[in-house]
Amino acid sequence: MAAASEHTVLQFVAPSSTATATATTSVLTARIHPLVIFNVCDCFVRRPDSAERVIGTLLGSILPDGTVDIRNSYAVPHNEFSDQVAVDIDYHHNMLASHLKVNPKEIIVGWYSTGAGVNGGSALIHEFYAREVTNPIHLTVDTGFTNGEGTIKAFVSSNLSLGDRQLAAQFQEIPVDLRMVDAERVGFNVLKATSVDKLPNDLEGMELTMERLLTLINDVYKYVDSVVEGQTAPDNNIGRFIADAVASLPKLPPQVFDDLVNDSLQDQLLLLYLSSITRTQLSLAEKLNTAAQML
Amino acid sequence: MATMARSFLQAISKDEAVAPPLRVVQIEGLAVLKMIKHCKEFAPTLVTGQLLGLDVGSVLEVTNCFPFPVRDDDEEIEADGANYQLEMMRCLREVNVDNNTVGWYQSTVLGSYQTVELIETFMNYQENIKRCVCIIYDPSKADLGVLALKALKLSDSFMELYRGGNFTGEKLREKNFSWMDIFEEIPIKVSNSALVSAFMTELETDTPVSQGDYDRLHSSTTPFLENNMEFLIKCMDDLSMEQQKFQYYYRNLSRQQAQQQAWLQKRKTENMARKSAGEEPLPEEDPSNPIFKAIPEPSRLESFLITNQVSNFCGQINGVAGQNFSRLYLTKALHEN
Repeated sequence: MAAASEHTVLQFVAPSSTATATATTSVLTARIHPLVIFNVCDCFVRRPDSAERVIGTLLGSILPDGTVDIRNSYAVPHNEFSDQVAVDIDYHHNMLASHLKVNPKEIIVGWYSTGAGVNGGSALIHEFYAREVTNPIHLTVDTGFTNGEGTIKAFVSSNLSLGDRQLAAQFQEIPVDLRMVDAERVGFNVLKATSVDKLPNDLEGMELTMERLLTLINDVYKYVDSVVEGQTAPDNNIGRFIADAVASLPKLPPQVFDDLVNDSLQDQLLLLYLSSITRTQLSLAEKLNTAAQML
Repeated sequence: MATMARSFLQAISKDEAVAPPLRVVQIEGLAVLKMIKHCKEFAPTLVTGQLLGLDVGSVLEVTNCFPFPVRDDDEEIEADGANYQLEMMRCLREVNVDNNTVGWYQSTVLGSYQTVELIETFMNYQENIKRCVCIIYDPSKADLGVLALKALKLSDSFMELYRGGNFTGEKLREKNFSWMDIFEEIPIKVSNSALVSAFMTELETDTPVSQGDYDRLHSSTTPFLENNMEFLIKCMDDLSMEQQKFQYYYRNLSRQQAQQQAWLQKRKTENMARKSAGEEPLPEEDPSNPIFKAIPEPSRLESFLITNQVSNFCGQINGVAGQNFSRLYLTKALHEN
């Protein structure tokens, strides 16, 4: 850094200017949990009439491998006029304090904004967040669907400076990893529709899953058949996958397997029996208890 | 215009008089995810949080929620908690989130949520807001690939009884009240804004198998069942304790009644003797005598709650065992192929 300031050269300086930090920023990825997207959308829907876009703080943690795990977010009111930006800093700090009370492990990792990309105001807001945390991430969620799809992008910024003079900030896009596992657990059919009348219960979910498994198996059958008949060019990779999948079933003699299944079945039946008998006892006990009239 | 305004007012006041019963709880996907995140991150610690939303006719809309910090018994921290709540509400209002409290959510272990505390909390909420709901999320069940959300409220008849504070056998018989009538489960609807729906459609991964499917097909449900059984056994023990309490009470009661009879018999013969001797008869009741003091009947609330839990465990065991059947037959079919 000292050497750099002696020679007047045009250079990019990453926000944390040590060499090691620069190395980690180059492989930085942002991992986004679905809650963040839901939150951004909700804030956008509830934005004030005059606002063009909404911004907010991203909370999460930085994993040891340099991935930024974005797990939570909250909106921060702000105003934008031509080239001025006013962020409600008090609000931001209050909200941060509240969130830290619940989960001290989630710290600020950056900020989000709706809209298609980075604009002049973004640099100013980014500067503000850079004071809160080193190397913040800027997440943009295109709620306007400007190019026909909801683009989600993450950026880090590096400063372009001439000697000691700051000239500009450059936003560099970094890869985004959407962690939809949480959403999958809830089920996309619940989250996708604008209204779902009934939550799927255990057995319905099971049925759906089995149907899916069945179609998958049928697909594999079809593929294998068509390869055998010479209609499709064989693909070694797919072949290996199928072989692996088949091999992953433990090879058991039929007798042992039958025993296994029957034993488990009987265990389950016993449990069922037990729980039913308990239920019967309960209703009986209730009748006796409330009906027991003394004298 | 004036007449219209008046009729509108009348309509409102009429509505207030007969509030339609709560039929559906409609939760935004955002609130669902937030609850799940909070409950999951802290599991197995039990956590709670506040639900925010709107009360629209017979539908209670839950549009947002926020978590409470893990509670401590320390008084100072408790006051801090109240501040936190106000602060959070104020902050959320500033970004136009509905800041109407409509209830609370809490996580649970294996669905053992039927406790006196829950009832007390509910009554507290009920005093401030006319219509409130408690949403229960069970992280342990979620591992089996089930969206284990439940919306509960206390039934009106139970609240009436609870306010009266007596759960004697007689009262319960009078009202024809059974343990099943304490909690009412309200169907849940999930709604999403069009924007969220668009994003989710866009972001849905193309893989034909999802994490949920994988969880559901996972064949190791033994720990879940074992825990369930353990809890069930514990509850049965508690229940038999309660039963013993009642037996003890009844035994005492019958002994007391026998004593009363004996005393009365004695007094009657004494009175006969006095009458024949021309004296004033003694009164046939003596409130100062300890054998006339009524023995308090133990409350049945506890045993009702335990019964509820037991039946809940039974239901869960039934459900999971049923699922296991399908799993086993599936494995069998796969193996034969």
